[in-house]
Amino acid sequence: MSEDLVVSIKGLSKVFRRGDLTALQDIDLDVERGEFVSLIGPSGCGKSTLLRIVGDIIPPSSGSVTVNGKPARRARLDRDYGIVFQSPVLYDWRTVTKNISLPLEMLGWDRGRRSKRIKEMLELVELESFGSHHPWQLSGGMQQRVSIARAFSFSPALLLMDEPFGALDEMTRERLNLELLQIWSETGSTVIFVTHSIQEAVFLSTRVAVMSARPGRIAGIVPVDLPQPRTAATREDPHFFELVTEVREKLQAAGADEVTEEATLQ
Amino acid sequence: MSAIAQPIPRATLADRVGRRARDWVPAVVVFGLGLVAWQWLIPDVFGVKRFLLPRFSDVITTFWNQRSELWSAGWFTFKEALGGFVLGCGLGLLGALVLSRWRRVGEALMPYAIAAGAVPIIAFAPITNAWFGLLSPWSKIVISAVLCFFPVLVNGLRGLTSVAPESLELMRSYAASEREVYRRVRIPNSLPFVFTALKVASVLAMIGAVVGDYFGGSTKALGVVIQSSVALGQFETAWAAILVASILGLGFYAAIAAAERLALSWHPSVRSRAE
Amino acid sequence: MRRGIGRALLFVVVLAAIWGLWEGYRWLWMRQSWSWPFVVDDTSMPHLQDIFGALFDPARVNGPLLITILWHSALFTAKEAAVGFAIGASVGFVLGVVLAHFNVLQRGLLPYIVASQTIPIIAIAPMVVVGLGNYGIAAWLRVAVIAAYLTFFPVTVNTLRGLQSVEPRALELMHSYAASSWAMLWKLRVPAALPYLFAALKVSATASVVGAIIGEAPSSIPDGLGGAIINFNQYYTLNPANLWATNVIAACLGIFFFLVVALVEKLVVRRPPEQRA
Repeated sequence: MSEDLVVSIKGLSKVFRRGDLTALQDIDLDVERGEFVSLIGPSGCGKSTLLRIVGDIIPPSSGSVTVNGKPARRARLDRDYGIVFQSPVLYDWRTVTKNISLPLEMLGWDRGRRSKRIKEMLELVELESFGSHHPWQLSGGMQQRVSIARAFSFSPALLLMDEPFGALDEMTRERLNLELLQIWSETGSTVIFVTHSIQEAVFLSTRVAVMSARPGRIAGIVPVDLPQPRTAATREDPHFFELVTEVREKLQAAGADEVTEEATLQ
Repeated sequence: MSAIAQPIPRATLADRVGRRARDWVPAVVVFGLGLVAWQWLIPDVFGVKRFLLPRFSDVITTFWNQRSELWSAGWFTFKEALGGFVLGCGLGLLGALVLSRWRRVGEALMPYAIAAGAVPIIAFAPITNAWFGLLSPWSKIVISAVLCFFPVLVNGLRGLTSVAPESLELMRSYAASEREVYRRVRIPNSLPFVFTALKVASVLAMIGAVVGDYFGGSTKALGVVIQSSVALGQFETAWAAILVASILGLGFYAAIAAAERLALSWHPSVRSRAE
Repeated sequence: MRRGIGRALLFVVVLAAIWGLWEGYRWLWMRQSWSWPFVVDDTSMPHLQDIFGALFDPARVNGPLLITILWHSALFTAKEAAVGFAIGASVGFVLGVVLAHFNVLQRGLLPYIVASQTIPIIAIAPMVVVGLGNYGIAAWLRVAVIAAYLTFFPVTVNTLRGLQSVEPRALELMHSYAASSWAMLWKLRVPAALPYLFAALKVSATASVVGAIIGEAPSSIPDGLGGAIINFNQYYTLNPANLWATNVIAACLGIFFFLVVALVEKLVVRRPPEQRA
């Protein structure tokens, strides 16, 4: 059973500023292979910090993080995960193709293997004809799709996503949600997804982890048993609304007054 | 899934040429007015004596007649300027790389580097003459190099360090070494900053070389030609030589600007002009 | 408090390092008799303490102390530079504002403003000085004009960029308040341009001192630092320390001007911390 655990977090805490600021307190969370887990919570609850600790971008203060059966640092050095941020972080001096090839270049893949994979990735995110474009020639949604393609390019077991659609308009966001689910099922990867939006969390996930306000704790987990594959019709499902309400109630109980369904970081 | 937005349509060639031409009309008009002023207004209407500013036609005639001497003097000085440019900018880039790598040292020394750039380098021209000898080009090269060093250092450092935090987090997720971060992120990011500084440096290098001549130099040098022509009362020659200095400075600047356009085809300031 | 001590300590360390590097280089090159890049002896690289000591010796036999002479020269040059800075910065600012508002003028004049900086000012300085002399202007003021010439350019370019750097949305907001062009200028564009302006003023502070020195030198104006440099340059082989001391004073003047502008900037502009990475 433990081989199926992609991420295992035990007793994780994180303090900043020499103990003045406790961002996370005693987090326990297990994520099994193939799951789609959303982290949702009020602003400042530490969900982005938690994501970064899983990725070994910042170190924990105490507790353990195991990714793919290894300590988080080893997993990072072995490139076991890909990461997508809220801003696409694409490099203007590289074309779309070269942006996607960046991690592959760093992994030492030869040119043939790279171009084959980039072609697959562009098909995956439906940007086949935009390979030679530069990031500034694309809309925000398209740039994020490139960012996702880049994150998947080396087939990591785990994908970490930090409010990737937060800066986009609602229609684009709903469309990209469906695309992301499609990619997720096609690649069979595991996803940890940070979001502000209850609807998005419920729509995308197999489980929603609700976090409390600072210091961040896991206030509750809501399993999402909606049928797969999710479609636009799923949003009309009465059970969808029940789950959204359940998450919202848990959030409010955890001290979150400011989170709303349509919350965007605009 | 259709595309969300279409890329910006590129203007046709005819549009672009037409727009460029229209942009330059005011400048051409001013040029014409300037020539008129130089040829007639200033000497005849304002009665400015020829030792202050000779008539345009006289300057041009002298320029043409003495073109080979003037151009060889200009080339001589330009070589000094170029040498100083390469030396100063090279050291500036090296310094920027070093200071960006060892951040704490860089931050501590930055105020001193900036203050050192406030020193009137030109005051040191007599000293470089004493070191390398009046006739040696090195005495002028060093002046130009010091003038070029500081803008390149300051701008290069800014360019190397003004990288978005998320970009560095991305690199960390790729387990990238410091060297790879420099190669793939910091250095390309710094190019726009560096080119701005290089354009400034190109003009400074030429000025530095000419001014250096004023404190003593070879008779083959442009600054010395200007100075001795003034001393001998040959004001048309002096102004013709000044014209040469100016043209060389502008040419150097234009060359760097062209190189910038090639290297930075992706940058907003370049691409918006091309649209 | 701790930061102040740290900074003072760093200052001492830097001074000591400079002294150490100078004397170390000197010792090593003289010992090894290396001649590249230049021969090191008492004339080309006097001891730092000799340079410092020369300040407190009379410059000429039975004359006033060197430092007294240099102090007056520095004041003279400082006056020229300060007035030149004021004129150049004002002209530069006004020019920047005008060019920002009238696109035609910008396209017509900017290329020549840029080109003007390629003219070696030292070459036309004597002509400017003589020419303005016909109008009965004091010598120092004529040099101030030359200093202004070097000062105005960075201010113009940066004012222009700064005024144009306002976000379109902020402009739209002002329009919705039916604000006049004048109000928009002073309430919106100028504050947005301040960081750029101060960046230029710091460069101009140096440029004004350079301009003053360059203006004096070929124009045979003996009272300022430029004149002192020419003078001590003639006697360099006899007494190298004098020229070095003059250069040190000139350097201090340049740094002083720069620090004054930097101080004013700290007081006037509240800047958000630059993006650190």
